[in-house]
Amino acid sequence: MAITTAQSPFRTDPLTGLRIDLTAATLVKVNAVLAVVFLLVGGTAGLLVALTRWPAVHLLPADLFYMALTVHGIVALMVWIIFFEIAVLYFVPTALLSCRLAAPKMAWTQVALMTIGAAITAVAILQGDSSVMMTSYVPMNAAPHFYLGLILFAVGALIGCGVFWGTLVIAKEEKTYEGSLPLTVYGCMVATVIAVFTIASGAIILIPTFLWSLGLIKSIDPMMYRVIWWAFGHSSQQINVTAHITIWYTVAGLAFGAKPMSEKVSRTAFLLYILFLQFGSVHHLLSDPGLSSAWKIFNTSYMMYLAVLASLIHGLTVPGSIEVAQRRNGLNNGLFEWLRKCPWGNPVFSSTILSIIIFGFIGGITGVVMSVEQVNMIIHNTIYVPGHFHGTVAGGTTLAFMGLTYYLIPVLFQRQVIMKPLAALQPWLFGGGMSVFALAIMGAGTLGVPRRHWDITFAGQALGYEWPGLTQMFMAVGEIGGVIAVVGGALFCLIVVGSILMGEPVPADAKNIVAPPADAGGHKEIGAGGFEAPGTFVLAMVLFVTLVLYYFVNFKYLATLWTLT
Amino acid sequence: MSNEPFEQQTVLQRILDDINFIMCLGLVVPTVFYTLWGVMEVATIPLGK
Repeated sequence: MAITTAQSPFRTDPLTGLRIDLTAATLVKVNAVLAVVFLLVGGTAGLLVALTRWPAVHLLPADLFYMALTVHGIVALMVWIIFFEIAVLYFVPTALLSCRLAAPKMAWTQVALMTIGAAITAVAILQGDSSVMMTSYVPMNAAPHFYLGLILFAVGALIGCGVFWGTLVIAKEEKTYEGSLPLTVYGCMVATVIAVFTIASGAIILIPTFLWSLGLIKSIDPMMYRVIWWAFGHSSQQINVTAHITIWYTVAGLAFGAKPMSEKVSRTAFLLYILFLQFGSVHHLLSDPGLSSAWKIFNTSYMMYLAVLASLIHGLTVPGSIEVAQRRNGLNNGLFEWLRKCPWGNPVFSSTILSIIIFGFIGGITGVVMSVEQVNMIIHNTIYVPGHFHGTVAGGTTLAFMGLTYYLIPVLFQRQVIMKPLAALQPWLFGGGMSVFALAIMGAGTLGVPRRHWDITFAGQALGYEWPGLTQMFMAVGEIGGVIAVVGGALFCLIVVGSILMGEPVPADAKNIVAPPADAGGHKEIGAGGFEAPGTFVLAMVLFVTLVLYYFVNFKYLATLWTLT
Repeated sequence: MSNEPFEQQTVLQRILDDINFIMCLGLVVPTVFYTLWGVMEVATIPLGK
């Protein structure tokens, strides 16, 4: 890729002291705004899905339900998130390495391709003959422009990764940093590596499927499609995991002046992601016939656990680094004074900490357990699976992105956040609603409620089914949680758009909002019992015990369902 | 993280800092163990008669 040699103008941000490339800033703004617009679209479709799956409401007829589900899956899981990730990929290296963005024209091409691609796919879905849901499993056939839009979108995302990579080359050549890349830039680099694998996998399967939809290829093997599609579909969520963990590190540094407890350990954890994270794709295929247990178990129950180890490392070091910073700043009493006195009303912080908790306790634990081949039999193709990934992608990734957005509004748009009391409430509304939604529908899924189904009762059909009251309650409570989460998401969109359009300008003499590095005084002065971060250690043990208990509860449940004599 | 001269860096440090090598690892490892192995699994299923 050509790297521009023209010098871009910079400005120094009064709030952070960061030297910001104006071209990069414009591209970050455009990508972030498009992301929020698509979040609104995806969230609206999600509301329609929730109001249909709520048994007492059952809003949409079947055809519109599947259309809404397809829009929700593609827009909320892919379009919103990848637009925002591209914004992060342009912001982090240029701001933290104080360098210009590589190839701005290519970056504008990325914006155009992703926008046009998303629009083409949206049109295909809204025309009504492409309600094939996000997975678009063959032999279900969507209109050719459904696949074409996805391919254009993916090419745009790949160009965005190339621009990021080119920016790293510029920073290295122009010596804007020395030694290793800063950890947050390193995390972004890891996300782009996973993205390249993901997009290549998408191209390998979507281009033939596009040709098949045109009648140029006779057939696509459904099982082959599933194997390769999940290298794209699930790995795209692994980009999200890497990106939101990078944001955790970023916010910990900005809000508390926290430094990773061990940079080398954190980087090694990112290396484990590079090596093993994508293997989690197999957990969608654990009940598929024809694929050997050796392949399934090697990929999930062996290799994927090394990626889980990496997640546990990140989950320990981010709050641990915050605890160390808080203790060094004087909040050193007891186990949790540092936690009680965190800025819980600041949406940048609350979004991030809720993201850590929801990702760890809901998305993470359930992801590990459902990746066991035997336990997977209980919940495969049930509504448990959406419960799990709403814990990771909505509760983990989306909340983290929301937190970073609150930070970027004054830094990039130079506007103050409006409706501050509502902004303080918003992460709790979204995170709380999403947690209730995920937990309740996982309960329903454990009892056997299928996913992706318009009417779980099969009313009017020859094989109708009467679900017990507990299942009905789980579905109702879950969807009420979903509606609350949508309200939280809508509030986020309102605050962001309102702040950009109507927010007060940041005053020229604004105070720097980046916390200075926590005092690097002697380790012996903080912590208790020989631990620098004893509170985080206790919380990590709570997570670990919960994981172990949940693991064995599921095996016990499996034993009661599948009795062997 | 590391500003040490290249000669004094550990092997792990060199691997972590070599982003092109990281890119190769990130493409080769999942391609071999997930994609190629998985495709071979599907491709070797006997056809029904």
